[in-house]
Amino acid sequence: MAAGGGIDPIHQFHINPIVELKPFGLDLSFTNTSLWMVIVLAVVSAIMVYGSSQRAVVPGRLQSLAEMAYEFVASTMTGVMGKEGLKFFPFVFSLFMFVLASNLLGLIPGSFTVTSQIIVTAALALLVISIVLIYGVVKHGTHFFGLFVPSGVPGWLLPFMVLIEVVSFLSRPVSLSLRLFGNMLAGHIALKVFGGFVVVLLGSGAALNYAIAPLPLLLAVALTALEVLVAALQAYVFAILTCVYLNDALHPGH
Amino acid sequence: MPVRFSGFVGQRWPVAVASFATLLAGAAQAAQEAHGLSGEKMAFPPFDPAHFASNLFWLAISFGALYWLMSKIALPRLGSILEERAETIGRDLDQAAEMQAKAEDMAQAYEKSVAEARKNAQGIAQTARETGAKASEAQRHTTEAELAAKLAKAEATIAKTKDKAMSNVRDLGSDIAVAIVTKLTGQAPSATEATEAVDQVLAQG
Repeated sequence: MAAGGGIDPIHQFHINPIVELKPFGLDLSFTNTSLWMVIVLAVVSAIMVYGSSQRAVVPGRLQSLAEMAYEFVASTMTGVMGKEGLKFFPFVFSLFMFVLASNLLGLIPGSFTVTSQIIVTAALALLVISIVLIYGVVKHGTHFFGLFVPSGVPGWLLPFMVLIEVVSFLSRPVSLSLRLFGNMLAGHIALKVFGGFVVVLLGSGAALNYAIAPLPLLLAVALTALEVLVAALQAYVFAILTCVYLNDALHPGH
Repeated sequence: MPVRFSGFVGQRWPVAVASFATLLAGAAQAAQEAHGLSGEKMAFPPFDPAHFASNLFWLAISFGALYWLMSKIALPRLGSILEERAETIGRDLDQAAEMQAKAEDMAQAYEKSVAEARKNAQGIAQTARETGAKASEAQRHTTEAELAAKLAKAEATIAKTKDKAMSNVRDLGSDIAVAIVTKLTGQAPSATEATEAVDQVLAQG
């Protein structure tokens, strides 16, 4: 965290290899990011797989949690896409749980936030858009590209509108990945900065600085509460936007 | 609340700003020093392409494993649990409704039997009352008849006694009349004449 007394808010995003793995000249080392991905996998699996293993008619705590997650994602999906959208249920559910668990686990002091790595959020967003594209083209053929041709537009305006629609479609993975990445990164930097103020103030030795040290501490506490909200909200936003985009693949007509 | 807060900050804000500025400068310097010490990683770590391959590789593994676990194990299991619960609840509700209907039937049957029993009891009581009344009436009649018979018998005895007494009185009267007439006139009337005279008087009064 604080290297040599100084506070570096970026230090928390550093990737450190734990086990070096370099086959064929590729660096596939098992890093702290990888470790926290595996921890996310373990936590979500513990809740969902172990939690449902009792198959109780009257659920226990863990099973209630698992059922709540199941029904929440299912109702969100049917709300956006209708019943037929449930064919994507395992994918959207895995995505939502992975992002939610990453965001929330990242708030534990000393942990690592997987979703603060833009390559991770970009990969997930590209996965979503690839599924939209592949499913749309396989299911609807060229009719899928009707998505870019809005109806009821005068002929001279059409090329312009198509261009806008294409740009809007292409910007989707960018906004999807940057939104999550930016929220996580900014939140953690803000937390670290305010936490660092407390340390610096207390380390300075001046009486006045001791007196105002509680202020950034209070802010850090308030920010932590806000970050919990942001963590859950961003996972929800990621999932619901995925649903909206998948809905375009299901019903490409405007 | 906001007013109080701004007042609190307002008193010391120049000091706070000064501290904040020194703090920022200190933090920036410390950060620079830290980077200078490590030397290599000047790039902002999330944008450092050196780790992209490793991150993607492990993301593919962990997200793939998660997707497999969710789609093959957890979600079908939870789906069946929820379905089973909905079924169980539906079945239990049906059963409860059935049992309630049965209970209502039983209550109705019970009420019916109670009403019948009450009617029967009323009938029995009515009959008993009527029988009792009839019996006492009959007894009354018998007693009355007996009493009437006794009364008639007594009246007959009285009449007989009265007749007897009256005939005695007649005989006695005629005897007394004979005696009085004999004493007054010195002539004894015949018994027949005396009797006739007495009868005449008796018939008059």
